[in-house]
Amino acid sequence: MRNSKRIFKFLLWLTLLGGIFLVGCADDTISADPETDVDETDPASDTEEGDTLATILDRGYVIVGGNNQLPGFGYLNSDGEYEGFDIDFGKTLAAAIFDDPEAIEVRPLSAQERFTALQTGEVDVLIRNTTWTLDRDVALGTNFTPTTFYDGQGIMVRSDSGITSLEELEGARIGVETGTTTESNLADQFRKYGITYEQVLFDDSDAVVEAYESGNIDAWTTDKSGLVSRQATLANPDQHIILEENLSKEPLGPTVRHGDDQWFDIVKWVTLATIEAEELGITSENIEDFLGSEDPVVRRFMGEEGELGQMLGIDDEFAIRVITHVGNYQEIYDRNLGPDTIFNLDRGLNDLYTDGGILYSPPFR
Amino acid sequence: MSVDLKLVEAKQMIAPPSPSFSIWDWMRKNLFNTWYNMLLTLLAGGLLISIGYTTLTWVLTEAQWAVIGDNYKLFMVGQYPITALWRIWSALAILTFMFGISAGTFKGTMLRLSYILSAIYLIHIVAPFTANTSKIWLTAQLVMLVFSYFIGAKIPYSKRINIVGWAISIPIVLLFIHGFGILPAIRTNVWNGLMLTLMLAAVAIILSFPIGILLALGRTSKLPVIKYFCVGYIELIRGIPLITIFFMAQVLLPLFLPTGLTIDNVMRVMLGATFFTAAYMAENVRGGLQSIPNGQYEAAKTIGLNPVQTTTFIILPQALRAIIPTIVGQSISMFKDTSLVAIVGLVDLLGIAQSVKSNPDFLGRHMEVYVFIAFVYWVIAYSMSYSSRRIEKSLGVGER
Repeated sequence: MRNSKRIFKFLLWLTLLGGIFLVGCADDTISADPETDVDETDPASDTEEGDTLATILDRGYVIVGGNNQLPGFGYLNSDGEYEGFDIDFGKTLAAAIFDDPEAIEVRPLSAQERFTALQTGEVDVLIRNTTWTLDRDVALGTNFTPTTFYDGQGIMVRSDSGITSLEELEGARIGVETGTTTESNLADQFRKYGITYEQVLFDDSDAVVEAYESGNIDAWTTDKSGLVSRQATLANPDQHIILEENLSKEPLGPTVRHGDDQWFDIVKWVTLATIEAEELGITSENIEDFLGSEDPVVRRFMGEEGELGQMLGIDDEFAIRVITHVGNYQEIYDRNLGPDTIFNLDRGLNDLYTDGGILYSPPFR
Repeated sequence: MSVDLKLVEAKQMIAPPSPSFSIWDWMRKNLFNTWYNMLLTLLAGGLLISIGYTTLTWVLTEAQWAVIGDNYKLFMVGQYPITALWRIWSALAILTFMFGISAGTFKGTMLRLSYILSAIYLIHIVAPFTANTSKIWLTAQLVMLVFSYFIGAKIPYSKRINIVGWAISIPIVLLFIHGFGILPAIRTNVWNGLMLTLMLAAVAIILSFPIGILLALGRTSKLPVIKYFCVGYIELIRGIPLITIFFMAQVLLPLFLPTGLTIDNVMRVMLGATFFTAAYMAENVRGGLQSIPNGQYEAAKTIGLNPVQTTTFIILPQALRAIIPTIVGQSISMFKDTSLVAIVGLVDLLGIAQSVKSNPDFLGRHMEVYVFIAFVYWVIAYSMSYSSRRIEKSLGVGER
């Protein structure tokens, strides 16, 4: 009897020690590996070219960190497919690399975990309505590629209130989502103008809208794209206006991690290709007409001259692939936010520099 | 027997005259017996009626339930490819079959639960939004349930068949859903909706049970290393909120893993949930162990059982029986806690709801979506607590 008790104890010990040993082993392999040690101390070895691209080619699809709950930018349609403005920019990458826009996996990320997921390599690129700020660019170890959507914080009021500018909001009750940059922007701007107001905090955007519709608050604030998308769902959309003023700058665009310049360049130029295509007037419909064009600018863009794609490490025809499969910037914009959608969002800043916006692609040469 | 008879006689002698079950009588005695009770009744009644009225008007006239019907597949299995849906149906068929067998063998609670299951199948068969192929599958499931019930009721040794059957069916179900190289693999990022919620809960509850028992035994052990390791583990995990564990599993774990080794993010959350539940399960089991009087240990010793035998055959069965209500309570709360994974980017039932309400076609329909998933959570959680009550009754827990 004593013996079996000992055996029982011994077995318990063994399992526990085994567990500890295994955990210890996992740690040992990291620190004992001299190459890994070099990696940690020498930042130069981190910038090894083509790491991300090689991984993606090996894997067969691009992992895009996205938002799955932002109307117009990223959501699931009834067929269970991700759709939206941000998702389409993820598809441009898949199209450029694999000639197949569906070769992506969308990893829904919350606002809190998005940067860690990017840093740890969980996702290849983060396209999740992420505002470009100096702090994020530097301290978080991320690189921001060209902005795909210039947003700004706005305020919605009832049109019968007679309010048309920020100054007239004196003493108003303004609803805002708690814990967001919009909350601090609101405070900053109103302090700047010396306007007193009553801030009403809510946990999520649905609650803000509910309170606004029921008349509990006089105005509410979030990014203008959000305001517009919400306006369409109010009982009487015509009875509300969005004030002209911008409370903040919100440039949103794809983000990659530090340390892989080749991948940074690929994301940058694939994104720019959609803008360049709009400027050249190339769409997914008429791209056939541009094949074999005389114009050297078009020829270089389409990969018929020069080796622009190869310089990036992808196919020379990457621009053709992007335009045929996903479309140019205008097509992407119109499909998700344009006049045919419930948002009917004015292009505003997000128009070509030739049309009064600030979208401008450096030359493809 | 004679004692029982006497008791019955005694009860009959002092039994009050059976009350006449008129609703009006009951109301007059209980609701309108004094002036303040009358006032309270009227106030509470008015409140209930007004709440009920507004709720009903909303449910029946204002709410636009199309958002549920149009996205029903999403709510249930999420992005799982339509061409591979047969795999989920087959997996469900296996579970239904085992359910029927168990219902046939054990009757009682399992039978009641299979009534609930058939009701759910029936509702979906007649529901207008169910696709025709799904209706065929559902009818097949229903037939399967009835068929397997009779098998379970007829064949001998069916208790053993039950245990073996369930043990075999779980890997087969996982094989159907995941593929494991035999069927084409289906990436876990499309495991969404109710399916993911149920799988997370099932994995966490089933796996945490043995780990919890080991931890509880370890904590009561006299060996200091084992004891303090278990105490440390339990107290550490219990001191951390579940959401923190999920965050650590999702965000920090990849940082610690050696390069090249990646664990799928669904698996990471499953592991996190399991280790979390195990700590609580351990404390529940320890409570059960402490409820066993010393006499049991001594009696086991006198008939010559060694400690392992004592624990397995004498102590644990009694301890576990005593803690069934807490285990089920733990399971229900784990089932509901899985909704936290929506915060770390997994698309469970709540995650799907948040994604569906962001579809421009259904903007502003968030109330309908949330009411629907609340109802789904309630049906499942209530079925669990109902079965636990029945099991307690049939085992006579609390009547020892």
